Amino acid sequence: MDLSYNAEYEQFRTTVAEFLKGHWPVPAEIAEQPRHKQEAWFRTQAIENGYLYRSVPKEFGGSEQEADILKATIIREEFSKVRAPMEAPGIGNMMLVPTLLECGTQAQKERFVSKTLTGEYKWAQGYSEPNAGSDLASLRTRAELRDGPEGQQWVINGQKIWSTLAQYADYMFVLARTEPDAGKHAGISYLLIDLKQPGITIRPIKQVTGGTEFCEVFFDDACTPADWIVGQRGDGWKVSKSTLKHERSSIGGAQTSVNLFEKLLQLAKETTLNGQPAIKDPIIRDRLVTLEGYVQSHLYSNYRQLSMAAAKQNSGYVGLMNKLINTNIGHEVAALAKDLLGENLLYMPPTKGRATGPEKWLNQLMGSLGVAIAGGTSNIQRNIIAERGLGLPRESGDT
Amino acid sequence: MEFLLSDEQIEMQDSVRRFLEKTCPSTTLHEIFDSEDGHSRELWQGIVDLGIPAMIVPEAYGGLGLELLDLAILTETLGYATTPGPFLGHALCTQAILQAGSEEQKQAWLPKLASGEILGSFACAESNDCWLPEQLSLKSEQSLSGTKQHVLYADESDIIVMALAEGGFALLERGASGLSVHKRKLTDRTRHIADIQLDNTPIEHLAGSTDAAAKVFDTALILLAADSFGGARRCIDQAVEYAQTRSQFGVLIGSFQAMKHQLANMALEVEPMRGLYWHSAYAFDHEPLAARRQAALAKAHICDRFLQTARNTIEAHGGIGYTWECDTQILLKRALFNYAYLGTPSVHRKRVADLADW
Repeated sequence: MDLSYNAEYEQFRTTVAEFLKGHWPVPAEIAEQPRHKQEAWFRTQAIENGYLYRSVPKEFGGSEQEADILKATIIREEFSKVRAPMEAPGIGNMMLVPTLLECGTQAQKERFVSKTLTGEYKWAQGYSEPNAGSDLASLRTRAELRDGPEGQQWVINGQKIWSTLAQYADYMFVLARTEPDAGKHAGISYLLIDLKQPGITIRPIKQVTGGTEFCEVFFDDACTPADWIVGQRGDGWKVSKSTLKHERSSIGGAQTSVNLFEKLLQLAKETTLNGQPAIKDPIIRDRLVTLEGYVQSHLYSNYRQLSMAAAKQNSGYVGLMNKLINTNIGHEVAALAKDLLGENLLYMPPTKGRATGPEKWLNQLMGSLGVAIAGGTSNIQRNIIAERGLGLPRESGDT
Repeated sequence: MEFLLSDEQIEMQDSVRRFLEKTCPSTTLHEIFDSEDGHSRELWQGIVDLGIPAMIVPEAYGGLGLELLDLAILTETLGYATTPGPFLGHALCTQAILQAGSEEQKQAWLPKLASGEILGSFACAESNDCWLPEQLSLKSEQSLSGTKQHVLYADESDIIVMALAEGGFALLERGASGLSVHKRKLTDRTRHIADIQLDNTPIEHLAGSTDAAAKVFDTALILLAADSFGGARRCIDQAVEYAQTRSQFGVLIGSFQAMKHQLANMALEVEPMRGLYWHSAYAFDHEPLAARRQAALAKAHICDRFLQTARNTIEAHGGIGYTWECDTQILLKRALFNYAYLGTPSVHRKRVADLADW
């Protein structure tokens, strides 16, 4: 056991740090440009040096590096030290790009990957439906191949929901039923759709925080070219699986929980309880350390998983737990925060712009509920842990 | 970055596990649990033969010269099997002489402890739940009068090292004049404890220091955390196995979602704690600045969760789990020992907060 990095990796860390010194914050001549142009410039440099989009081939705009989870970790650590931009956020880079690289045609990769990486194309996810949530495979949005003005095309009818930021997106990847006579899973295909067309209506949903991160999307004879299908007809469920896995692992990082705990600690130092700083209150101290026990367990469990991945070992069922552990820590942070906030609970933070006072914790308090639901609810996570992790019998029902 | 056990370490764990499966199956465990002294010589000799008492003893004194992590991972394996016997007291006695003894004392005692030629024990608590080194009041003198509580295998041990006030230590030999042992009815019969009364009893003084006292105490916390992790993991395995074999309403109870969620929640608490105790043991030898706080956090969190997991395991078993003949009652009592011995979780959480200067 050795928690340090060997000389090769320490050298790599130095190289990354030196790169950052020259590139972020951006040099004076770039610094005059607007923020998004600074970020775009920085990302181009970082890709050239092999620090971003490491698993994406060069021909599609990535840096095509050999997979090395320790290097990836060092890059993330060093970038976050100076708050340099990482890969462009969004569902396109998180889910669509890995899916296309795995299952897409050459033409699809050429058409979509590089412009998604740069942020030129923004994507929305079209999975959930009003009556197909946790039981996603019961989805009913249907797509039929029909003759169109330029040959055959898919015609899509139905409704999707919980599409994150669809109101700003250009395209959507959609699970739709194309084989109505096939089985529940075997009837689904994975289609790409241009959202800027008359057959599509997008209606943002106002959520518990007052913000609008999600949308309902209605398809009324919306069209997409016949070859904008990823994988074969009826393979959509399989194609989508790799991306769901991807989303889960990206939520599961312990660093998020560690950072959240440190912010909570700061809140406890800054707020007052019974006439003294809350951090001096014996009950608050006890609860904070109780929570830290979970946070540190999660952190060192992640170090172990990282080490196992680097050594190409299978980490077993612990990987299935990351999302739920993070969710539970978020709930517990919220539980402590509400007792520190007191009267601040009475006021909502602004929906636009940055909240600066303690009221910004309302976003964590409510947002932690969103974390518990998005990407597979906690009860679904428990089913997965029990069935795939502990080996308990699968439930009856057409799962 | 290699936060993993080596192949040798995994092999050591496996050989201890195989030995325990053979030598201490459930029937034997219950026999020892129900016995008068809670000490099987055959089992202890096997543990000695596996080299466990020699692990942290330097090679110069006849030991294997390994680190606390090596001892901790085997403690996990012993905890998994709720192994009865004097291991914990012997290990702490060894660490105390290693940390606080003079060169002569190390040469005199460590080879015998490493080889199992003698059995050692450790005493610290005095009264009113005072366990921490800075709470002790008995002082090191030529001879001692007073009480030490909750001493592991006090009757069977050849020597007992006592932690005293101001980082002092004293060594007491079996049969010393004025030494009497007082037994009470025990909760956890896998680790026998008794109070010892000293009346002008001659002792051998160990140099000691507050740092030595801290290290011995941290060792105890880390080993209890490791034992608790092993016990908690066993709880999960027992509960899962039961859910996979017990049928009601014509189906395995493990197919009920309520059961699945209960077991998933238990596993979710237990599995990540492995990293926490590993790191506390690693920090003992490699991260001196973090070591004290990590030991306290591991003891508080893991012993706390072990007890809750043991309770949940009994609940998951239904009626059979509530019986004396089921292994779960032993797990529950082991968890109660680990929870209370050296101070409850709230005591150590307070230390964790204080040590961070919150």
